[in-house]
Amino acid sequence: MSTAPQAEISAKRTPEYCEIAPPVVVFHNVSHRFYGPPVLRDISFQLGPCETKIVLGPAGVGKSVLLKLANGLIRPRRGHVNLFGQNLNHLSEDALYSMRKRTGMVFQEGALFDSLSIRENVAYPLRVDNVLEEEVERRVREALRFVELEHTIDLFPGSLSGGMRRRVSIARAIINQPELILYDSPTGGLDPVTSTTIIELIVKERDVFHTPSLLVTHRLQDAFTMVTHRYDTDAGGMVRQPKGEIDRNTSFLMLNEGRVIFDGGFEELVACQNPFVRDFLA
Amino acid sequence: MPIAEIDKSTKSIILTIQDYSIFIWNTMRMLFSPPRYWSDVMLQADIIGVGSTTIVILVGFFTGGVLAVQSAATLSQFGVSGITGRFVSLTMIRELGPVLSGIMVSGRNASSMASELGSMVVTEQIDAMRALGVDPLRKLVLPRIIATVVMLFFLTIVADSFGTFGGAGVTIFMNHQDSTQYFTQAYEFLVYSDILQGLVKPLFFGFIIASVGCFYGLRTTGGTQGVGRSTIHAVVTSAVLIIFADFLISQIMVSMFVK
Repeated sequence: MSTAPQAEISAKRTPEYCEIAPPVVVFHNVSHRFYGPPVLRDISFQLGPCETKIVLGPAGVGKSVLLKLANGLIRPRRGHVNLFGQNLNHLSEDALYSMRKRTGMVFQEGALFDSLSIRENVAYPLRVDNVLEEEVERRVREALRFVELEHTIDLFPGSLSGGMRRRVSIARAIINQPELILYDSPTGGLDPVTSTTIIELIVKERDVFHTPSLLVTHRLQDAFTMVTHRYDTDAGGMVRQPKGEIDRNTSFLMLNEGRVIFDGGFEELVACQNPFVRDFLA
Repeated sequence: MPIAEIDKSTKSIILTIQDYSIFIWNTMRMLFSPPRYWSDVMLQADIIGVGSTTIVILVGFFTGGVLAVQSAATLSQFGVSGITGRFVSLTMIRELGPVLSGIMVSGRNASSMASELGSMVVTEQIDAMRALGVDPLRKLVLPRIIATVVMLFFLTIVADSFGTFGGAGVTIFMNHQDSTQYFTQAYEFLVYSDILQGLVKPLFFGFIIASVGCFYGLRTTGGTQGVGRSTIHAVVTSAVLIIFADFLISQIMVSMFVK
């Protein structure tokens, strides 16, 4: 993914830029319900321009709903969501489609299109923008190389394992050089080795391109790996941070019973005295 | 408690009609703005039209044959079995060709649309499509509606033709009547209003089949069990709506052309 626009975007994200640029996502007192009791109540938080926020919480607490609210796949019943400075409540469905093109999303089970080959799945966002065929082929191969699955280009999703499908989904999410990436339980249901591979890719995307992201997970070990590790470009892999150091751009948001019960950094999280947080970390 | 049940069912039906109306409005608006996915229209035309040709030929042929068998038996009691051709062609072209093609295509394609789109909903492929900036109504629904309307029109012509040939087969080879008499009767008494009636219906039926199939597919909830439910709803609703629309169109056409 060493394309010129991506290089420009990542070069733009200097420490100064990260200090002064406006937040990418802002939730203002967002509440949402489907047919039963409220799923989310009065959710407020923001995601900085270079930040990775890990959304933690037990299964069924509304983490995936929160992610879908963030790019307008669902409209909130109350409150509003600002994405790239625009209130999504005020946008038409057509305007939302343009807005979503600026984000990448990795779904829980990958959500690859069964009837399309891996090449066509990854190329999908480029086809939407009518990118030239040679450019499509080059960028698809680059994206698949990034997730180390270039050899699967002619296969169909049905012939890939669960972990490989998630990796292809990451390739599809990043091919358009998004300004925000949303990861919905990217390691859910995977074995520990495959989970580590996926987390390594997410850390790589974070440290190489500095793309802001919201990552939903209920696996604490994944969340902590994100903070305590960094991607070493020279070594070509994820390495542990030197003792006492953590990734300062990675923060946590914890939900329980539809409410935010913690929003802050790693050190605050481990020092938090909230009984639910303590139980969750135990 | 029965009152509460009736109340709940009535609200559910009204809500479904409201959702369907909004769905149709949002889809049809897209006819007038780009992008248009013509390659998907062609693909669906192949799946729906070419794929349904065999069953439409068989159903048309045997229905024509049955019509000839039954009508000849009755008509001979009045000494007019010679007009079997007229009876078969009129019935096929005005009524049975469009309705049977519609029911067959509905059974084959409304179910496949509902199950395909339903599976895409439960595996989040529809959400993925929206997240990638593509409107599923434009990409999945509109091409299916256009393809079904166009292809059912031609399938009906195929069913009409094979129905007339099926009737001819029975009349000539089993009832030993004259083939010239059969085809003359079949052709000469047809008027433009009969053909118009027979060819207007598939346009409406095609629209019903694709819109109902896609509508139930896209509102699937509840995992794989929900996909099964959507498929049943799609087939039953589209079949009932086809018969209902047939009644309305026939009524309007008859009042317009039969003085």
